[in-house]
Amino acid sequence: MLPLASAALLLNPTWRREAIERGLALSDVASATVFNGHHLAPVFADHEVTPFERYPLNSYLTHDPEVDLDDWRLDVSGLVHTPGRYTIDDIRALPRLRQNTRHICIEGWDVVGSYGGVRLRDFLTAIGADTRARFVEFRCADDYYESLDMDAARHPQSLLCDEMYGRPLSREHGAPLRLVLPTKLGYKQAKYITSLRVTEVLGPKRGYWVDQGYSWHGGL
Amino acid sequence: MHDPGHEHPPIVRACHWIIALSLAVLIPSGVEVFAAFPSFGDKVPQADLFVPPSALRLGGWLGGALQWHFTFAWLLTIAMASYIAYQAITRNGRQVLFVRRDVHGVWPMVRHYFLFGPKPANSEIYNPLQKMAYSIAIVLTVISIVTGFALYKPAHLSWLANAMGGFRLVRVWHFGAMCGVLAFIPGHLVMVALHGWKNFAGMWTGR
Repeated sequence: MLPLASAALLLNPTWRREAIERGLALSDVASATVFNGHHLAPVFADHEVTPFERYPLNSYLTHDPEVDLDDWRLDVSGLVHTPGRYTIDDIRALPRLRQNTRHICIEGWDVVGSYGGVRLRDFLTAIGADTRARFVEFRCADDYYESLDMDAARHPQSLLCDEMYGRPLSREHGAPLRLVLPTKLGYKQAKYITSLRVTEVLGPKRGYWVDQGYSWHGGL
Repeated sequence: MHDPGHEHPPIVRACHWIIALSLAVLIPSGVEVFAAFPSFGDKVPQADLFVPPSALRLGGWLGGALQWHFTFAWLLTIAMASYIAYQAITRNGRQVLFVRRDVHGVWPMVRHYFLFGPKPANSEIYNPLQKMAYSIAIVLTVISIVTGFALYKPAHLSWLANAMGGFRLVRVWHFGAMCGVLAFIPGHLVMVALHGWKNFAGMWTGR
């Protein structure tokens, strides 16, 4: 009768919603448990990279946040030693990295992109972030927002990206600074970042899409 | 007539219905997920294969469909693993496992069902065609689970996607396995209808 009981549970809209939200949350627990901070996502040779003109763009054409690149600062706060407003040159002074990694959209498509920038981990070290804190929250110029677990933020392939295909990040790809996270789905990789906050407790705004029903962990 | 050999053990009955319910959710929610990008190729330029009608979808949108899909994917995985473990350990699975000696019996059964041929003698609980159908359905369900995990964790389980020919092909295999499972269901339901209420009830009560 167990199967009949579970079918009955699904007929009540409130219980149904509760059940499938918990199911996805359980899946996130599994994702966080198996996440290995040392396991590298696949990397690709230059000839395997999707040509730049065939790299997809989503909502840029309808809302360009019109970031003032000259006046841009990254607002750093929370559990860090040196909070403040960091310039793009402060970030670029960290050791640079280039990687060809796969970007996977929750819709099911994927592209291999060429990304350059600095490790998010190095920036967290530079600002004296408390790495025992659990989360890093991001806000963006286009009112997008996201949050990451510290394991993913400290993953060696997680980038603060300011360069794609060997050129400075263009406006439609999130200039001047975006996240590139080969171990996470695309919607976790916020563009037009304007603030970073290290925190032990996530606020009510966990992620633009997450708050509408996508997985918070989004780990690949 | 009471024949212990024809009883389904409780764990088999429980797994059967949990798997049935899971597939009833996973297939339409998977169709909704597919509708978000109904192609197996590039995003730019995008060539849609077909856009599934909304009547075949579950979840309302991609995010809702994924909540359904992940919840029931775990349920299916647990039920399928329990079923296979039970069938293997108790060797009860020999009833349905299609083996080499069953091969020659398939065509006479097909002829009987579809071409009004004579009914072949069968000394076993399931005839060779049934064993073939059940075994294929079980293998396809396992393939859908394994390809599902490869899609869920293409970075952490990248070896799995690579073994299947790469990330994009995994989506194709996952979709293909679903089509195969879908093909099994009508035949299964027709046979249940032909063999009557007693058979259907037996899957609930064990008798």
